[in-house]
Amino acid sequence: MCGIVGLHLRDPELYPRLGRLLETMLGQLAERGPDSAGVAVYGDHRRCPDGHAAVSVLLRGPAPARAQLAAAVRAALPDEPESGVPAGLTEPAASIGEVRVTAAGATTIIAAPVAVDTLVEAVRRAAPGALVVGSGRDLTVYKDIGNPRDLAATFDLANAQGWQGLAHTRMATESAVNPEGCHPYAVGPDQCLVHNGSFANHATIRRELEAEGARFDSDNDSEVGARFVAARLAEGVELDKALRLLCERFDGFYTLLVTSDDGFAVVRDAIACKPAVIAETDAWVAMASEFRALADLPGIDAARIYEPEPERVYAWHR
Amino acid sequence: MAPLSAGVAPAAGTVTFDLAETTVRALNSELHSPSATCYQVLHPQGAHALAAGVHAPLTVDVRGHAGYYCAGMNDGAAITVHGNVGTGVAENMMSGVVRVRGDASQSAGATGHGGLLVIEGSASMRCGISMKGIDIVVGGDIGPMSAFMAQAGRLVVCGDAGDGLGDSIYEARVYVRGVVGGLGADCVEKELGPEHVAELAELLTAAGLEPTGAYAPARFRRYGSARRLYHFATHNSTAY
Repeated sequence: MCGIVGLHLRDPELYPRLGRLLETMLGQLAERGPDSAGVAVYGDHRRCPDGHAAVSVLLRGPAPARAQLAAAVRAALPDEPESGVPAGLTEPAASIGEVRVTAAGATTIIAAPVAVDTLVEAVRRAAPGALVVGSGRDLTVYKDIGNPRDLAATFDLANAQGWQGLAHTRMATESAVNPEGCHPYAVGPDQCLVHNGSFANHATIRRELEAEGARFDSDNDSEVGARFVAARLAEGVELDKALRLLCERFDGFYTLLVTSDDGFAVVRDAIACKPAVIAETDAWVAMASEFRALADLPGIDAARIYEPEPERVYAWHR
Repeated sequence: MAPLSAGVAPAAGTVTFDLAETTVRALNSELHSPSATCYQVLHPQGAHALAAGVHAPLTVDVRGHAGYYCAGMNDGAAITVHGNVGTGVAENMMSGVVRVRGDASQSAGATGHGGLLVIEGSASMRCGISMKGIDIVVGGDIGPMSAFMAQAGRLVVCGDAGDGLGDSIYEARVYVRGVVGGLGADCVEKELGPEHVAELAELLTAAGLEPTGAYAPARFRRYGSARRLYHFATHNSTAY
């Protein structure tokens, strides 16, 4: 089954309420995927302050204890800032060394005022067994097994702030029930993909992507979709075009919600047997597997509510 | 059609179930062994299986949006949803009237054997899939793959129909006033005869539409089975 919810806020006055709204939405779809859940939040300055990069990881294998993790990552960061620091990075080099670590269930979020790639590399050096489940300048990702309503508390979702978020409740069919198998798949910077359905030709596409240099973290079919989209975005293709290319290449059942550093997009397969409903107001765009997840959003009574048509890409940007 | 009426005062003796305070199970248990004839449901909030399995001539008003399988298996009740409905509204209906004041999700009226389903707004994909005698009147559009394998009954669409209309259709009759995106396998346009005009007028009237002017039956086109798919063809005999 699986359940998807997503919320893209247009009205900045709602940013402080993002987490609470998402938590309510997620709770309504717990029954669609009671074994595990994942959440992504864009713009949560509690966990990823302005000018920082954030890396979300599942710690496993050889890794320092969480209490030592900040120091280990700090030690693994380069002493001098690398050239070509991206725009928006305001922290002076001297303060590189401030590493912020947040534990939330199986997930650990590490933030530091450095470039995203630099932080990912430092985390990999400091905790070689860690699985990176999300990275970016704006993105925090949480994954764990258990009832989604309990996990919302574990992730402290109610207090999350930001401009966009999504969540997935999983009823596992294609791979094991573990934190690694939770959605979203966040394989490119500030990108997330959540999937309800199953891809039929994912093994073929996986081989093609591997031949192009992609490396996979799991056997999950949804990761193939995420890597395909990430590869297209890395080539400079727009989000909506990337999803149209996915429709051409992938067979199977899917309702997908894909987000990027400025975008929010929904697409369904040609048969559209996996549910999806979209609601829009001047203040937000929301998507969910079922209407009941949207029922408590502010202004829902005046929202434009509709179901996305098969193989049509719906995309919004900040 | 008439605009959505938000706050209609319930008839005297109406029993109210406020789902902000009680459960769908309590509601449906009462409807399965009714102690009254008129019911209203408040704060449905998209809950599933509202008023499913009613087997008595009750009146039920759901005031808000309903989830999956609302009024499923209805046998004799008049159930009105003052809002939208999720997947499978009135699926497998036997008799009675189900009216949706808003839009319907997929598979509206699926496998219905009888009764009348009215959707004042639009219905999405697979409307009337495998219908077996139900009548469905849609005020707006219907989505792709509607009336798939429709066996019996009538489907009336005042707006447009999506791709693949009537794929593998049997003996159901489909009337569309607007544009058909495409016909499915073995579905063809057919002549609109006097008996069809009469039947359309009857269905539109039953749905609350005056069958004149913009809703005059002559403005509709009729679709049905070419009957090439479900009869044995002798040129296939060598396959056995």
